[in-house]
Amino acid sequence: MNDTAVLRTKSGAARYKPGVLKYAQMGYWEPDYVPSDTDVLALFRITPQEGVDPAEAAAAVAGESSTATWTVVWTDRLTACERYRAKAYRVDPVPGSPGQYFAYIAYDLALFEPGSIANLSASIIGNVFGFKPLKALRLEDMRFPAAYVKTYAGPATGIVVERERLDKFGRPLLGATVKPKLGLSGKNYGRVVYEALRGGLDFTKDDENINSQPFMHWRDRFLYCMEAINRAQAATGEVKGHYLNVTAGTMEAMYERAEFAKELGSVIVMIDLVIGYTAIQSMSHWARRNDMILHLHRAGHSTYTRQKTHGISFRVISKWMRLAGVDHIHAGTVVGKLEGDPNSVQGFYNVLREAHNPVDLQRGVFFEQDWAGLHGVMPVASGGIHAGQMHQLLHYLGEDVVLQFGGGTIGHPMGIAAGAEANRVALEAMVLARNEGRDIWNEGPAILANAARACAPLKAALDVWGEITFNYASTDTPDFVPTPTAA
Amino acid sequence: MRLTQGTFSFLPDLTDEQISSQIEYCLAQGWAVSIEYTDDPHPRNTYWEMFGQPMFDIKDAVAILGEIRSCRRTFPRHYIKVNAFDSSLGRESLRLSFIVNRPDNEPGFGLVRQEGPGRTLRYTTRAYAADRPENERY
Repeated sequence: MNDTAVLRTKSGAARYKPGVLKYAQMGYWEPDYVPSDTDVLALFRITPQEGVDPAEAAAAVAGESSTATWTVVWTDRLTACERYRAKAYRVDPVPGSPGQYFAYIAYDLALFEPGSIANLSASIIGNVFGFKPLKALRLEDMRFPAAYVKTYAGPATGIVVERERLDKFGRPLLGATVKPKLGLSGKNYGRVVYEALRGGLDFTKDDENINSQPFMHWRDRFLYCMEAINRAQAATGEVKGHYLNVTAGTMEAMYERAEFAKELGSVIVMIDLVIGYTAIQSMSHWARRNDMILHLHRAGHSTYTRQKTHGISFRVISKWMRLAGVDHIHAGTVVGKLEGDPNSVQGFYNVLREAHNPVDLQRGVFFEQDWAGLHGVMPVASGGIHAGQMHQLLHYLGEDVVLQFGGGTIGHPMGIAAGAEANRVALEAMVLARNEGRDIWNEGPAILANAARACAPLKAALDVWGEITFNYASTDTPDFVPTPTAA
Repeated sequence: MRLTQGTFSFLPDLTDEQISSQIEYCLAQGWAVSIEYTDDPHPRNTYWEMFGQPMFDIKDAVAILGEIRSCRRTFPRHYIKVNAFDSSLGRESLRLSFIVNRPDNEPGFGLVRQEGPGRTLRYTTRAYAADRPENERY
């Protein structure tokens, strides 16, 4: 911003005189720098303390996320330090948010180990978030050069191959999380799985905290779920699956559970985000070796993704998880019970699914990203959604998505199988109508009412839940729309 | 039972008019439509028989519906599905696949369980009709 002498990089011996310099004087603020195609780029939202110049604050973030420490060190001179310094190259005020700035920072590719989210995240978020001159800091977006993207294998299966394996095309997939999420015995748990799958869902799901508790050990759960899956396959002639959660206390235990799921013929296993980036990458490699779809539940993410001023945007987590190689990831519903501004959520979905992302400020996408052939990740919409919202879900989220109706299946007044049937009929009727050129956004309720005439369970679902909405203002909204949109 | 493979199997069987609309949608997207049939609808029977090649160069829904009718006349008691292939980069796969003919009587599938060690089971899904030779099943 202020390109004053105080913020200009010192050169020569003056740069290395022992003592303390401003980060901008040490070479971390380079407003003339033109990012190279091979740079990793990061966009931070910075909230400097009173009196701290935004450019100096941006330089501090660049410095502390690359080579700098608080004082000058002569050992810099033993290295190609000018290359290794991250460079803050642009600082813009955040529209409508006084005191906040978008800081663009470029990192040389040589700063990163190939194929390691742990290394990437340790560099970019490892050290800067508690930095005193900043009141708050948020990592908003990142751009990865193709050369870096290609160091990752990406999703073990990907959207296209998942659909081919399941033989399911042309519509969102349907799922449900078994409820209650805690307390059911293996036998009772499998009952819910069987009813939901035979009724019409494609998948059922363990919840994030179903692991191996006293009321149901993991082997029991796996065995009963496989009985349910196979029964449902025979009853319908369709391929069915249940996300067997293999999350455990150690990597060895996770591998043991995953191997058992494979032996039993499961098509999919599940992990939680809280197992950590390295464990996620290990499970992705395991899944690819074993022809397994890998489902990721984003357990814990809201602790750092939800508030706009501090933390990490979920669009960054989405990009990291696409690199790390999961096949499914929960990414918001827009209309359900959990946080999700429509534009922000569509931004996450685009980052997960598309081969190439253009800059799309309305959806919070700040950088162009070429995914260099990396498979797409199937987003999962879960949390407080029901059949009566089918037109909205299809409108906002499109076709390559898993729609998960947990309560909306299991809580159905006519039973679980009826709940599943209601969701499936609503979905197929809506896709049929959309393909026929109908205006589903406006005609959606009429299309559902018409489909319900031939389907009593759908009629019952609409009667119970038709009017249920969760209209709260979102907190995580893009900065480049005139007013935050409500679902 | 009712075999529920395909995009629209939970709806009442589509009329020819509805089938035409879906074909028009596929053609408008630039997808190539194909017709496949089988009397072995096992959930993992990936390769149904092709009723000719995908119709890459036919852009007329009426002509494609004619092919569907011809397939139905030839195989009135088989399962017949319409597929749409999208050749665009990164997809190169099916985009839509729905059943347009099914036998009057669908006996469904039985499940064979083979007990293994540690309470594990090996499951085999078997169509009751598959015990008879091809073309005599439904």
